[in-house]
Amino acid sequence: MSTCVVRGDKLAARKVGGEMVILSAEDSSMFLLNEVGTAIWEAADGRRSIQAIADVLCAEYDVDRATALADVTEFVESLAAAGILSVADEAAG
Amino acid sequence: MTASVMDRVRDRAVADRIPISVHFDLTYRCNERCVHCYLDHEDHGEMTTAEVTDVLDQLASAGTLFLVFSGGELLLRKDFFELLAYARQLQFDVKIKTNAMLITQARAERIRDLGVRQIQISVYSHRPEVHDAITKVRGSLERTIAAIRFLRDCGLNVTVANVLMRQNASDYHGVRALAEELGANYTLDPTITPKMNGDTSVVALRMPEPQLLRLFKDSSVVGDGFCGVPAAVDAETLDSAACSAGHIACYISPYGDVYPCVQFPLPSGNLRQQRFTDVWWHSPQLNEVRSIRVRDLTTCPSCTYVASCTRCPGLAYMEGNMRGPSSADCDKSKLRAGAPGAEGTSL
Repeated sequence: MSTCVVRGDKLAARKVGGEMVILSAEDSSMFLLNEVGTAIWEAADGRRSIQAIADVLCAEYDVDRATALADVTEFVESLAAAGILSVADEAAG
Repeated sequence: MTASVMDRVRDRAVADRIPISVHFDLTYRCNERCVHCYLDHEDHGEMTTAEVTDVLDQLASAGTLFLVFSGGELLLRKDFFELLAYARQLQFDVKIKTNAMLITQARAERIRDLGVRQIQISVYSHRPEVHDAITKVRGSLERTIAAIRFLRDCGLNVTVANVLMRQNASDYHGVRALAEELGANYTLDPTITPKMNGDTSVVALRMPEPQLLRLFKDSSVVGDGFCGVPAAVDAETLDSAACSAGHIACYISPYGDVYPCVQFPLPSGNLRQQRFTDVWWHSPQLNEVRSIRVRDLTTCPSCTYVASCTRCPGLAYMEGNMRGPSSADCDKSKLRAGAPGAEGTSL
């Protein structure tokens, strides 16, 4: 079964000065993502898996796939713990 | 909200002049007739649904994150939920300001489901006879409280906003207790502004000095250190801008007029005739507002209280000079410190 990374639906988000600001309507927690985090966030469109997001990162940055995969996995896990992202079993849409 | 992250976002917005925060009144129509209101409630041609959604698209592109939807009573717009859904689809952080009279259980659930982060509701008194006399609608407090319960039952973040004036000057403890009972946050504001058309008659409703002083000395409400010796004046203070109005924030009326702030009705452009970015970047009025630093003000730089004053440039503008003092804030500074400043105004 394929998995995909899904953004929460009670979030506000805007790119400010090249970095993504995320704000949760549920608990007012706020996150400012760096450039790489912003790229991961934008790639997490509800249809891509962690592996597919790592591929996007490899295409955009000079990074090997193992490093990209580790970075994406860590990023998704940390935002999932905050309730901002989740990993779903099937692609949305 | 994490303060350090918010500070960083604000700094970035300032550096790039991003209109990070926009107050958008969707209508001036209202189902209350509050005695102190600064608006004309007649509909002079509100923007249509398509016009509003186009403006929202423009704001999202310009970088706006914090969006306040207000009025008038915005739930009088038949397309309110359509506009709210559209704003949330564009991932704005939405705050709603309402009297809540039209919020039912079902509407509270829709607001929750659409991901609204904050709802601010006006409550003037815990006593129905006082609240209803201010709104001029019998039963309005009862309906507003019922709506707050609906919203809180949905787990929504509600703030009770308590505007204080002569009529309800002594009721803030009661309103705060009511807010606590309802599980809502509480905020108070003794600011009564002239009407947008320049009529200053409502200013007479401002709290008299003895009542204002009692409020300022009530540490259970304003906290410790609110009154006392004003902060020292330094170069940083004199080089600072007055506030965020026109710098990273602005106001949009139901007719598409752009002002620096809801409390600063300096016509700066109209979104029926201009693109938002054209107004934001090229309006001579907004650029003039942005150019003003504290050291440019007419009397404030030499005032003892300049470093701790809450001077509102919009109120100063409504008094005739956006570089002049805002006498209501002069009075507040004087009361907080217990002596006259440069302006030496009196109530």
